[in-house]
Amino acid sequence: MPIKFDIKKADLFYGDFQALKNINLEIKDKEITAFIGPSGCGKSTLLKSLNRMNDLVEGCRITGDFRLDGQDIYKDIEITELRKRVGMVFQKPNLFPMSIYDNIAYGPRTHGIKKKAELDEIVETSLRQASIWEECKDRLKKSALGTSGGQQQRLCIARALAVKPEVILMDEPTSALDPISTIKIEELCQQIKNDYTIIIVTHNMQQATRISDKTAFFLHGEIVEFDTTEKIFSSPSQQKTLDYITGRFG
Amino acid sequence: MIITDIENKRTAELTEGVSAGRRGLHRFAEKTMGAVFFISACVSIVAVVLICAFMFIKGCPAIGEIGLSDFLLGTSWKPRDSNPSFGIFPMIVGSLYVTAGAIIVGVPIGLLTAVFMAKFCPKRLYKWLMPPINLLAGIPSIVYGFFGMIVIVPLIRNVFGGNGRGNSILTASILLGIMILPTIVGMSQSAMKAVPESYYEGALALGATHERAVCTVIIPAAKSGILASVILAVGRAIGETMAVIMIAGNQPRLPGSVLDGVRTLTANIVIEMSYATGLHYDALIATGVVLFVFILLINLLFNVITSKKER
Repeated sequence: MPIKFDIKKADLFYGDFQALKNINLEIKDKEITAFIGPSGCGKSTLLKSLNRMNDLVEGCRITGDFRLDGQDIYKDIEITELRKRVGMVFQKPNLFPMSIYDNIAYGPRTHGIKKKAELDEIVETSLRQASIWEECKDRLKKSALGTSGGQQQRLCIARALAVKPEVILMDEPTSALDPISTIKIEELCQQIKNDYTIIIVTHNMQQATRISDKTAFFLHGEIVEFDTTEKIFSSPSQQKTLDYITGRFG
Repeated sequence: MIITDIENKRTAELTEGVSAGRRGLHRFAEKTMGAVFFISACVSIVAVVLICAFMFIKGCPAIGEIGLSDFLLGTSWKPRDSNPSFGIFPMIVGSLYVTAGAIIVGVPIGLLTAVFMAKFCPKRLYKWLMPPINLLAGIPSIVYGFFGMIVIVPLIRNVFGGNGRGNSILTASILLGIMILPTIVGMSQSAMKAVPESYYEGALALGATHERAVCTVIIPAAKSGILASVILAVGRAIGETMAVIMIAGNQPRLPGSVLDGVRTLTANIVIEMSYATGLHYDALIATGVVLFVFILLINLLFNVITSKKER
């Protein structure tokens, strides 16, 4: 598989605090990569620098090389274009207070699609991809906030899919959900992994083993170990990784 | 063994007694304070009820005597004629005209300001811009009136000239439009600031620009708060008295254009109250009743809209 994201010598500071230290990481195309590690280890921070959401944080400074298909995401790509190519699903579902249809159509409309037929088709495909079409096809015009938490998160995934991204970043997408909704989201990730590169931050190590191909273990702003998920969870090469996955700290 | 048991029992009883006493005291204090809070709350409610009762008891008989339709729809207000007529229709129209004018002038400016203050203004600038806008709310209306007389009236007279003497619907609309700005800016911008940051981030993450996220997600999400601010502003404009009297001309007749003078309901009461007697006096109170009903309706609308937001 070709390399999708290539990160070299990345440092990130929040004011004086260094949140990421010399990160080097290659993320392969059409794979699911999991970021694990204790709270405050920098995994969400790295995730957010991949679609430049860290730009919103005051006093945030980033150095190093972030490349998407060889293009520098901080120099060569327009920020809106980057975010079109690299979608994001947040920790808490953040649907807009409008209808399901308008939520899903928000991204395509943002990128200039106006024809109703085209939008209709995108909305249906995205909802089908997120396997939530059957549940909400009769209530597309109703408020999206009337659905359950799990449904809302799947709608958020559908909304992200609607702009046809290449990469989807997921920031602890199931931490606010019940086990059944969590399983549905995990199944969904498996279904769409052939078409998308997925990077998922998770606190749930079982989740990482269930869905990811590769796992990166973060500690104090550094990547301690990055390998296939199987290797990380069966025979990690670093003592710290072993301590973490066996629950000795974190 | 037995002795220690007995001792234990005794200390247990003792501590129980103490805490029971203290609990009683607590409960008494709590009840007293509860009553104090309740009475405080009642004061304002009683005031509202008394004002309502006073207005309707004093005003309604006059309306009955004049006749409801003659009173509300009569176009001639000649309270001191030998054959007096008490039609307040010109004043109702006058109040509605200046209020509508204030909305036309004030709402667009206020909303654009609010959007800027909430989502585009750099933090350092915000510290300097917001206090003056809030100060606008604290300026006494007589001062607004002076400003209107000295600045806006001559301006309108110079620009439009002719028969208009500058004291007109247009003048009042402009001045009231300025007066309602702080209400609209303050409430709308806090409504926009109260929209969860996650909506904004969600829009950006889909590739929206800052401007698009603000216009298509944040403003729609804040629309009930924005609408509420407009309604409150309508209330303020329709109830304004002093400033309007000073610049609106106060002729009790139906205006033919925005450059004609006009008398509002509030102005009608203030101007004539000092010398009115008998039915004339009661008719002025009845004018107040009409104004009061307007305000009640506006408040009702406000409550409907804000409670919808909570659902």
